[in-house]
Amino acid sequence: MIGQIIQAVLLGGYYALTAAGLTFMLQVMRVINLAHGSLSIAFAYAVYTLAFRYHINPFLGLLMVLPVAAAVGWALQRLLLERAARGGELLPILSTFGLAIVLDNVMFQIFGANAKGLAQFLGDLSFAAYELPGKLYVGKLPVWILAAAVCVLGGLHLMLTRTGLGRRIRATAMDPVTAGLVGVDARQSAAIAAAIAMMMVAMSGVALGFRTVFDAYAGGPQLLFAFEATIIGGARSLWGVFVGAMVLAFAQTGAAMLHPQAFLLGGHVMFLVVLFARLALGQGSLGTRLRQVVRGA
Amino acid sequence: MTMAVERWTAQSRAGVGGAALVLGALALAPMLIGPGIVDRLTALFIYVILAAMWNALAGYCGLVSIGQQLFFGLGAYATIRIAFAGVDPFLAMILGAVAVGVLAWPVSLFMLRLKGGEFSIGMWVLASIGQLCVKLDPMIQGETGSSLISLNAYGADLRRNLIYWGALAAMTCLLAALFALLRSREGLAIQAIRDNEEAATSLGVRPERTKRRLFVLAAFGIALAGALWLAQAVSFQPKSYFSVQWTAYMIFMVLVGGIGRFEGAILGAVLFFAVETFFAATGVWYLIGLGATAIVFSLYFPRGLWGAVAARTGVQLLPLGYRATNTET
Repeated sequence: MIGQIIQAVLLGGYYALTAAGLTFMLQVMRVINLAHGSLSIAFAYAVYTLAFRYHINPFLGLLMVLPVAAAVGWALQRLLLERAARGGELLPILSTFGLAIVLDNVMFQIFGANAKGLAQFLGDLSFAAYELPGKLYVGKLPVWILAAAVCVLGGLHLMLTRTGLGRRIRATAMDPVTAGLVGVDARQSAAIAAAIAMMMVAMSGVALGFRTVFDAYAGGPQLLFAFEATIIGGARSLWGVFVGAMVLAFAQTGAAMLHPQAFLLGGHVMFLVVLFARLALGQGSLGTRLRQVVRGA
Repeated sequence: MTMAVERWTAQSRAGVGGAALVLGALALAPMLIGPGIVDRLTALFIYVILAAMWNALAGYCGLVSIGQQLFFGLGAYATIRIAFAGVDPFLAMILGAVAVGVLAWPVSLFMLRLKGGEFSIGMWVLASIGQLCVKLDPMIQGETGSSLISLNAYGADLRRNLIYWGALAAMTCLLAALFALLRSREGLAIQAIRDNEEAATSLGVRPERTKRRLFVLAAFGIALAGALWLAQAVSFQPKSYFSVQWTAYMIFMVLVGGIGRFEGAILGAVLFFAVETFFAATGVWYLIGLGATAIVFSLYFPRGLWGAVAARTGVQLLPLGYRATNTET
C-alpha cells in the first residue's frame, strides 16, 4: 500500500513535468498545442539517437537537445501558432493536430514500430534505488524526475513573478495589444514563452524515456495525460498543475488496484468528474479562469 | 435600384437537380459496374457522411472535435452487440446507430459546455473511455476483436449491393437532414453565431438547442458510418475503429473542401477518396501528406477549395442562406 502511494507520487512527478509545458503555452498563448505529446516523443527520439549512434549519455544528450527545443518552440510560435491564432479559435487546434499527425508518422517511418527506451543507456542507474525504512525501495530515476518537476515549476514561478522577462510574458498573456502600448514586444515575449515551454516538453519526453518505453504513436496518450493534469489542477497556477498531476496519478493507481485494466479509465473518469463538478459550480470557462489567474499572479 | 432577396437561384436549382440525377444514377450503378467499384463507392459514401457530420459541428457550431471516432467505434460495437442477440445485421446497424444517437443526447448536455480546445481534447478523452469500456466486454475479447458473422446469411453479391444501397441511402438521408436543419430558422441563427457571436446574441439568438441537435445528428451519422464500415469490413477491432485517424480523415476532408460549406465537405470527401485511391499504398507517407496538407490549408487557405470557388464566382449549388441581388440593370 505505502509502496503504491510512493509509486503514484512519482508518476505524478512525471505528469507534472509534461503538463507544465502544455499549461504554460495555454496560459501565455491561449493555445492548446495538440502536438504537445508528439513533440515530447520527438525529443525523446532525438536523445535516443544521440545515445544509440554516438554513445552520448542521455543526460548530456538532453542538454544538447534543449537549445534545439527552444529553437523549435520559437519557430512553432512564429511560423505556425501566430498565423493560426489570427484566423480564430479553430485554426490553432487544426494546425497543431495536423503537425501531430505529421510528426507521429515521420517518427514511425524513421524508427519503426519497436518501442524504444532511454534507461538502457544509463547503465546501473536504470535500476538503482534508494532504500527507505521498512525495506521499501524507490527507483532513483523516478525520484529525480519528481525533483526535476518541482525545480522546473518552481523556477518558472520565480521567473514569472520576479524577473522583467516574466513580467513581459505575463503582460502578453493578459492582453497582447495593451502590452504593446506600454512597450512590450508581445510577439517576442510569446515566442520566448514558446521556447521555454518547448524545453519543458523536451524534458518531459526524456523523462518518459527514462520511466518506460515509447513508440512513434505514444504522443497522443501523453497529450491526454498532460491535458487531464492541467484541467484537474484547474489551470489556476503552476502549482495547481502539480496538484492536478498528483490527483491524476492517484486516480490511475487507485483504479488499477480495483481492476488491473482500469488504470487509464480511472484517470479519465477523474478528469471528467472534476471537470463537470467545476462546471456545475459555475466557475466559468477555463479561458476566463486563466485570464483571472494571470492577472492575479 | 430594386433588390430582391432570394434563396433559390437558377444555379442552385440546377445544383439540386444535378445532385438528384447523380444520386439516381448511383442507385442504379450496381447493375452496371463491377464488385470492386461497388465496394470503393460504398467507402466514398461513408467518407461523405463522415465529412458532412464533422463539418456540421466544426463548420456551423465552431466545435472542433478530436473524438468523433468515439461514435464511429460505438456505432460498430452497438451493431455487433445487437446482431449478436439474434437481430438481422442490417436492422442491427440502424438500431445501433439510433442507440448511439440516444446516448449522445446526455453526452451533449455536458460536452457542449466546454469551449475551444477543452471541447476538442475532452471529446478525445471520451473516445478513449469508449474504447477502454468496449474492450472490457468479454464478447469483444480485448484487442482481438469480434466480427459481424451473421452477415454470412446473405450471399456475397446481395450483401455487397445491400451495403452499397444502405450507404447511399444513409448518405442521402443524412445530407438531407443536415440541409433541412441548417436551412431552418435555427440553422440560420447558428450560422449567424458562427459568423459573429456577439452580434448574433445581441439580436437574441440562442444557439444551444441547435448545437445540441447538430451534435446528436453528427453522433448518429458517424455511428451509422461506423456500422456501414463494419458491414463492409466484417471484423471489429477496438483499436482500429476507435483510432484518432478517423478524425484526422474528417479534418482533412473538411479543411480541404471548405470548412462551414455544405458543398465543401462533399468535395473534400471526393478528393480524399481520390487521394486514398492513388496514394494509400504508400502507407506512412500518405498519412504524413494528409497531416501536412491539413497544416497548409489551416494556415494559408482556411476557407478551403469550395470556399475559394464560392468567394470568386458566387456559385452556390445547395443554398443555405438567402442572398440579395440587384434585379434592375
